[in-house]
Amino acid sequence: MRRGITATALVAALALAATACGSDDESGGGKSSGELSGTVTWWDTSSVGSEDKVFKKLAEGFEKKHPKVDVKYVNVPFGDAQNKFKNAAQAGDGAPDVIRSEVAWTPDFANLGYLAPLDGTPALKNQDDFLKQAVASTKYEDKTYAVPQVIDSMGIFYNKKLLKEAGVEAPANLDDLKTAAKKIKDKTGKTGLYLRGDDPYYFLSFLYGEGGDLVDAGSKSITVDQPEGVKAFKAVKALVDDGTAKTDASDGWENMMQSFKGGDVAMMINGPWAVADTLTGKEFTDKDNLGIAPVPAGSAAQGAPQGGHNLAVYAGSKNLDASYAFVEYMTSVDSQATAAGELNLLPTRTSAYAKQEAVDSEIVGFFKPVVETAVERPWIPEGGSLFAPLGIEYTKVLTGQTTPEKAAKATGDEYRKLLKDWK
Amino acid sequence: MAVHTSQSVVKAAGENTARGRSRGTGTPPPKPGRIRRALSVHWYAWAMVAPVVVVIGVIIGYPLFRGIYLSMTDADERNVARSIGVNEIPATYEFVGADNYIDALTGSQFLDTLGWTLVWTVSCVSVTFVLGMALANILNRRIAGRSAYRMALILPWAIPGFVSVFAWRFLYNEDRGLLNKILTGSGMDGIPWLNDPTWAKFSVIAVNVWLGIPFMMVALLGGLQSIPSEQYEAAEMDGATAWQRFRHITLPGLRPVSTTVVLLSTIWTFNMFPVIFLLTRGGPGEATQILVTQAYKFSFEISPRDYAQSSTWGVLILVLLMLFAVVYRRVLRSQGDNW
Repeated sequence: MRRGITATALVAALALAATACGSDDESGGGKSSGELSGTVTWWDTSSVGSEDKVFKKLAEGFEKKHPKVDVKYVNVPFGDAQNKFKNAAQAGDGAPDVIRSEVAWTPDFANLGYLAPLDGTPALKNQDDFLKQAVASTKYEDKTYAVPQVIDSMGIFYNKKLLKEAGVEAPANLDDLKTAAKKIKDKTGKTGLYLRGDDPYYFLSFLYGEGGDLVDAGSKSITVDQPEGVKAFKAVKALVDDGTAKTDASDGWENMMQSFKGGDVAMMINGPWAVADTLTGKEFTDKDNLGIAPVPAGSAAQGAPQGGHNLAVYAGSKNLDASYAFVEYMTSVDSQATAAGELNLLPTRTSAYAKQEAVDSEIVGFFKPVVETAVERPWIPEGGSLFAPLGIEYTKVLTGQTTPEKAAKATGDEYRKLLKDWK
Repeated sequence: MAVHTSQSVVKAAGENTARGRSRGTGTPPPKPGRIRRALSVHWYAWAMVAPVVVVIGVIIGYPLFRGIYLSMTDADERNVARSIGVNEIPATYEFVGADNYIDALTGSQFLDTLGWTLVWTVSCVSVTFVLGMALANILNRRIAGRSAYRMALILPWAIPGFVSVFAWRFLYNEDRGLLNKILTGSGMDGIPWLNDPTWAKFSVIAVNVWLGIPFMMVALLGGLQSIPSEQYEAAEMDGATAWQRFRHITLPGLRPVSTTVVLLSTIWTFNMFPVIFLLTRGGPGEATQILVTQAYKFSFEISPRDYAQSSTWGVLILVLLMLFAVVYRRVLRSQGDNW
């Protein structure tokens, strides 16, 4: 009898829980009278303290054009944004209307059904104006799920003063890098390169340099465990072992930026997203001290990954019309020119490069050809998932817990689990 | 009460029959069902208990059974039910029975992680216990500034866990951390506290010991103060040495307290998520990954999120800890403890 009661109570409790989960309506909106209104919440992922101010101002500019729309700017740290968005989107509660989605996240979110298709909506304007590399990541199964906001790639950032003191040029390949680092150590006592050891994204240019890649989406095969992959792991390990580079497996970003800004290391591999932050460092009060060159070539090739950010609209948004308009506004030529001028970020629209702000930015001028030749990543839903297993093995190689051969094999094995029926 | 009534009814009925036909058929009324009777008798008690039962059912029972159920399916991020705006996507995951358990227990990942989790738990608990015991004994004497020391030693407990873990993370930073600055300042090489797998293991244990000492110390101090001082006086009269007094009075006197704190501390350490997660995220590589942080990783960090595997690990953790508690109790009972 006691059990019976408990069961009844449990059922009642579950029913209660189920009803309590009903969602409550949020600020609706739309354009009943032809004018946009309501609230648009935007999750931005740009770096705090430098980029976020510009984007916040830019986003608030939308309110001037559409006075009835209230733009809520929320900065979510880049490292947390993917998870936070997934949690909120899946729960159907608390997700923003617009998210700044990294290029690899976009197909993943679209595959999970979290994004609204944008074809035929006002979000897409002048599609032909976009760089075709940038558009590639916004497509999933022949539909467009996002609009490219910025595009990027990587280069080697160097401290001109330190390199001059050591009497070396920016290195063109890994051998140059090693000799340069040795001279820098001898002449200035500083370390040559900071190699980020906790984020496998910073490993990609070495992998491409040996002629390898993670996967080949065209032939549906996994390529990271090919001999090129092993060579790439060996190359990064050699850099750390012979003192060319220092690395860190825990606070990678923070230590990299502090060391470079403070002049403790002469070079780092990084992208346009790091420029604004770098220029706040004491070594770079004179902006001209920052030099950027293409990433050093490996034994077979030279290449850096193509990255960037898109703006996507949450499929469950209560205010789709205003969100579409907001996305269009944020990716317009003028907005992109502002970002290029103030933050040295690369526009995704061809016509934005002709704007004075973009022309004046040396960094945009440098990165434009780099982006055009950057290695395109596979735009598959699993694209973002490839980094977790790679990151573990990459860090293990750098900290001496595994050999390059084993690391390449282990990464390949994980990929085969992830990408069923790939070779 | 009701029992009495029903008996009296039967009795009355019986009397009636005995009296003959004067009152109809005379058969006794059917006995009420057990449940109905319990309800009618104890309804008030049940009503009082109901809120608690409901709350426990919602906050413990539902997640627990849902977790056990998910661990027997192939649920991941792509096939669970989700509602996005007006679109309702139904769940399409399937029941796979014990497959997840077989995979976990035959693969190397679970067993490797379990191995390090055991090393982590045993070393944390034993070091914390020994240090806590030593400090409790020191602070049980009359020494100058005793209350100040006590306050200082409780400090790690008073600071929110994540704050102190972040503080340690700054201290451990290889380039700019205080620890390495002191080392290099005194002419030694810096230590890769969190970047070398072996040092990282040492570092996480050190932080957990630091966090765990106050609890041990306070609990054992309480135990020490409940040992009657007459026993020590008698032992001293008999010429027992300090070690003999510790060995034969303090230790047995502390037994009820220490068995409990060791059990609690083991369970807490086994599942000590914040220290590992905030300090190293299980890294470098997977050198410091314990079972709970790995289970978290399965359901929140990898993509697609693997809910099934995560719940499988969760259930296995629960089973392991329950087994530990049962065995521990058995051993203690066989040694004459009565709890």
